[in-house]
Amino acid sequence: MMFLLSFWTQDYLILDKTFTLNNYIEAFTQPVYQLLFSRSLYISLTVTFFTVLLAYPMAYFISFYGGNRKALWLFLITIPFWTSYLLRMFLWKVILGYNGVLNSFLMWLEMISEPLTFILYNSNAVIIALTHGWAPFAILPIFVSLEKIDRSLLEASRDLGDGPIKQFFRVILPLSMPGVVGAALIIFIPTVGDYITPKLVGGTDGLMIANMIQVQFSKANNAPLAAALSVSSLIIVAFISIVFVLINKKYLRRY
Amino acid sequence: MGKLVQVKNVFKSFGEINAVNGVSLDIEEGQFYSLLGPSGCGKTTLLRLIAGFEKPTSGQVFIDNTSMEGIEPNLRPTNMVFQNYAIFPHLNVEENVAYGLRNKRENRTKQNKLVDEALELVGLSGLNKRSANALSGGQKQRVALARALILKPKVLLLDEPLSALDKKLREQMQSELRHLQRAVGITFILVTHDQHEALTMSDRVAVMFDGKVAQEASPRDLYELPNSQKVASFIGEMTFIDGEIIDENKNLKVQSEIFGQITIDKSRVFGQSSKSVVLGIRPEKIAIVPKTSRSKNLVSGKIIDVSYFGETTNYKVSCDTIETLTISSQNSVGQLSYSVGEEIQLRADLDNIIAFST
Repeated sequence: MMFLLSFWTQDYLILDKTFTLNNYIEAFTQPVYQLLFSRSLYISLTVTFFTVLLAYPMAYFISFYGGNRKALWLFLITIPFWTSYLLRMFLWKVILGYNGVLNSFLMWLEMISEPLTFILYNSNAVIIALTHGWAPFAILPIFVSLEKIDRSLLEASRDLGDGPIKQFFRVILPLSMPGVVGAALIIFIPTVGDYITPKLVGGTDGLMIANMIQVQFSKANNAPLAAALSVSSLIIVAFISIVFVLINKKYLRRY
Repeated sequence: MGKLVQVKNVFKSFGEINAVNGVSLDIEEGQFYSLLGPSGCGKTTLLRLIAGFEKPTSGQVFIDNTSMEGIEPNLRPTNMVFQNYAIFPHLNVEENVAYGLRNKRENRTKQNKLVDEALELVGLSGLNKRSANALSGGQKQRVALARALILKPKVLLLDEPLSALDKKLREQMQSELRHLQRAVGITFILVTHDQHEALTMSDRVAVMFDGKVAQEASPRDLYELPNSQKVASFIGEMTFIDGEIIDENKNLKVQSEIFGQITIDKSRVFGQSSKSVVLGIRPEKIAIVPKTSRSKNLVSGKIIDVSYFGETTNYKVSCDTIETLTISSQNSVGQLSYSVGEEIQLRADLDNIIAFST
């Protein structure tokens, strides 16, 4: 339906059903859409990167030092989900705002003389909020892949002369790569299309493609263009996901 | 030959459990040394203490006269062959074997040559690029061996390396391991619960029970002169007979069940001196002779059970004074076979009797 819609034209209330590629041409040539696409990708790739970077140590800790409290740790990680996503995102406004928690705290510490403004209503705010919101989703696949590593392999690597750091890069990281790639996909795919977070904390500089799609569908009343934008972003996301999967394959090759 | 590995009064407890309970051992350079015992006797823990994966609660391990206290496994002159082989699944055969070498500053061409040599040594030439997951159990075993031996450790530790292999392959690997050890001259310490494996492969064997070394001897001594009933019944089979001491001046004179009055050499008496003793005799030191035979020292009995093993047959015999006596008989040329219920006579090799004071 959406795919068909993307090849039509809408003029106020009338839907012109003649086949046209104009919507796609517009989607890929208009600077505003290009900007939104690239910003969406930038934000969600950055979020993916930081989420995985933050989630890995947590998953590592639970897996290797969790002892018999692993279940408790995993349970604690799910606690943020007890409140709504909307609420959690909204709270970042309170934390990052001009008179927000973070600024007040830093002012109180006298580390800054006036409130920081680069942390709310732009891409940075979106990145921070999304990273926090999605971290638990990254922890689980990484945790599972770390759990699956046979502990005798770790002893073998120590026995064969590896120190702890070498051991990590030669055994633990390669063997947990499937979990890392899985986590990256889980984060990347939904965050590209997120529109609540940019709407709440993104201001105008932090808007993403999904916000534009929403506008085109509703206020601008141009469903075909919105459909074309959706399909385009779908294709882009699919393409990048395939790249992720291929990286994963490379690591999975020998299993 | 110097003492390469010295374990000095080592204790290791995990919470309430004392896995290793005061063990002292001296292992000489170039020996094939086995730690033998039932599961849970602490033999694997002892091996892991030598490798450095566990830290002793008290006591010390010395390798080459250097205390290993506080030395991490990667810095010890030991390498280990793990029970499940611990082959890295993300690396191929060559990368697995070269794993430890890559930590050394030798050039790649030399390393690759060493890898080829190691693979040849364990009989895996040409499998360099084979994926680790495409290997059979026996091949994984060989990769694990090559991977450890390539580093030329002072001591190679083997943690039940053959237990996962089928019987034929296990026997083949036993003799290969023995040959390999002689060829490379590295001290091997093998952990096993298989007494047959320990006896056939080792120069010396330490038998462990409940975290302690019960006896440490050559395989022959261990079998012929076990120092306790426990060791005697763990290594092979032994029939125990009660006896009363009559005289213990020069040699031990015992009034025993079945065999009557016998004399036992002092070297074959173990334990504190006391009034009563338990006499032990191996099943193959007793022969069954037909009821019609006439000679000295024959004991009559009746066959109550027969187990046929191919090359040997085990008989259970009851005599008037003892319920069951196990006898193992080689099925060689001219050997008569007997059936259940048959009346027979026994001739024991009385020189091979061992006495354990109780």
